[in-house]
Amino acid sequence: MSTAAQPAVADTGPVVEVRSLSRTFDVSKPWLNRVLERSPRAFLKAAQDISFSISKGETFALVGESGSGKSTVAKMVVGLLEASAGEIRIDGVDMRSRHQAGQEMRELRRRIQMIFQDPYASLNPRWRVDRIIAEPIRAFRLESSEDAIAARVGELLELVRLHPRDGAKYPHEFSGGQRQRICIARALASKPEFLVCDEPTSALDVSVQAQILNLMRDLQDEFGLTYLFISHDLAVVRHMARRIGVMYLGRLVEVAESRELFRNPRHPYTRMLLAAIPDLEMTGTPRRPVEGEIPNPINPPSGCAFHPRCPLANDRCKRDLPLLREIGSTGVACHAVEEGRT
Amino acid sequence: MTGQPLLSVKDLRVEFPSRRGVLTAIDGISFDLREGEVLGVVGESGAGKSLTGTAVIGLLEPPGRIAGGEIRLKGERIDNLPPAAMRKLRGKRIGMVFQDPLTSLNPLFTIGDQIIETIMTHLPVSERQARDRAVALLEEVGIPAAGQRLSAYPHQFSGGMRQRVVIALALCAEPELVIADEPTTALDVSVQSQIIRLLQRVCRDHGTAVMLITHDMGVIAETADRVAVMYSGRIAEIGPVRDVIKSPSHPYTIGLMGAIPSLTGDHDRLTQIPGSMPRLDSIPTGCAFNPRCALTMDRCRVERPDLIPAGESQAACWKLLESEEASR
Repeated sequence: MSTAAQPAVADTGPVVEVRSLSRTFDVSKPWLNRVLERSPRAFLKAAQDISFSISKGETFALVGESGSGKSTVAKMVVGLLEASAGEIRIDGVDMRSRHQAGQEMRELRRRIQMIFQDPYASLNPRWRVDRIIAEPIRAFRLESSEDAIAARVGELLELVRLHPRDGAKYPHEFSGGQRQRICIARALASKPEFLVCDEPTSALDVSVQAQILNLMRDLQDEFGLTYLFISHDLAVVRHMARRIGVMYLGRLVEVAESRELFRNPRHPYTRMLLAAIPDLEMTGTPRRPVEGEIPNPINPPSGCAFHPRCPLANDRCKRDLPLLREIGSTGVACHAVEEGRT
Repeated sequence: MTGQPLLSVKDLRVEFPSRRGVLTAIDGISFDLREGEVLGVVGESGAGKSLTGTAVIGLLEPPGRIAGGEIRLKGERIDNLPPAAMRKLRGKRIGMVFQDPLTSLNPLFTIGDQIIETIMTHLPVSERQARDRAVALLEEVGIPAAGQRLSAYPHQFSGGMRQRVVIALALCAEPELVIADEPTTALDVSVQSQIIRLLQRVCRDHGTAVMLITHDMGVIAETADRVAVMYSGRIAEIGPVRDVIKSPSHPYTIGLMGAIPSLTGDHDRLTQIPGSMPRLDSIPTGCAFNPRCALTMDRCRVERPDLIPAGESQAACWKLLESEEASR
């Protein structure tokens, strides 16, 4: 199992290293049903054998359709979900070592924050905005006096282009885009270095999405933030990320530099995804029809999970699971690409 | 443009009376839809695009009401029809495809029951003929083993398959017009492209006109012949899809196109339109876009612009009139 290619600018080394990360959910029916209906236990392998690394100040993106496991990976990386196997190291510290000194773990938690998809659900409707943003500052005891906290909250609001006076309002008084700005301000409150953004703009309109994406880039330049960016929108991902991992049914099928991925997609699934995006350039090129839908992840196809939809599949693809192999700076998990059947 | 348009909307106004006064959700929009044409209606949330569709098909939820203007289907007014006549027309002459296929199918009845019922409501056929027609329709929209699937319930289909069933349902009485409201928004990209193609193909085969409502410019670019860009309940720009996308005239359309991350170009920053769409209770006077527009003049703040020709398309912007006068 090879890791994703190291980027050229990795002079500081990777901040985030994920190795062979897996997560299995037990989706069995209750015990009595299993006995009466003689149904076996069922497991959903939401993420399997995921490896990648992100260098300081870089944006790494995970793309995939619904059910591909990208959000599961995001939750494991921030520690909201425990991994079934594999390891996550952030600045060399293993996230899974719960027995580590509490103080060290706390410090690590401070440095990782998350921005969620739905800005309507991720803000407490009964709290005023200043209290929401101050919570991480209080939790990590970053400021001692109330005055200092208030000053810092005002500063954070300005940072996300809101007015310090907005702190006295409640979340419902803001539009979706403004709420996402509040979420970003809250995430920045603990002075993190690494932000995990799970579909941060999917709930927003395009013009508001542009504002948020621009803001996220500005903040990255200003504070040297490292992003793990999760999205289903390939155009957004191309705009934001330097490297991209494409996921299908819980596995990484291709990891490549952003430009390379769009210019020269290797995995048949990546090619299919790129061909499926509506073409705004109106070049008039006929699009290849895409076959089939994502199979049930509880009963994934044998071998390569993509083989039933793949135009290049043969017997080997039905039998053996392809591993991610490096071709230049790109990692691809496909027998056909490896054998040169294209 | 010769002959009568299939659908003609003139100066349509939709209002919602509320405790704090009357909210005007759609404020004087006019457009025509020719037979067999695909008209895209785009806009951000709250622009009034879905309401336009529901007003045409007569499904406005009270207290929402058509407060002015008229809607004509082949020259015949349909906005003031009594409910019974409207019910006959709906499904028969105008079909509808909604965003979420799970909520537009009844979970308690099989797919077959629902399609056969719809066919028999609108067409003078026997149950057996209706059944045959249902199978043929399901085959046409690409449901494998259609004959057996008739007895399946909606939950037994995947999202993409369900949307295919809904399209079959919309087409079962051979309507002249299908209103598709965000038909692919709930679907993944790979399935989305299948559904768009399907909708395009079956409507072309049946000669059905489509009013395609979506927030996704890419979908419009692939599918529509003409597009109307909506903002704050008004049409900002309307014209042939290529003109509007490649050379937009209205500052809002220009901003909107620049805000979409591109798959090919190399832009470091996206164009940003400051602010957000006004709420219905605080639509600015004059041009609704003026507080966010970089080109605002005095006139824009007081007087509302009408649609002014700009090349092949029309846009509601005073700047265009100025440049037109200058070129004279």
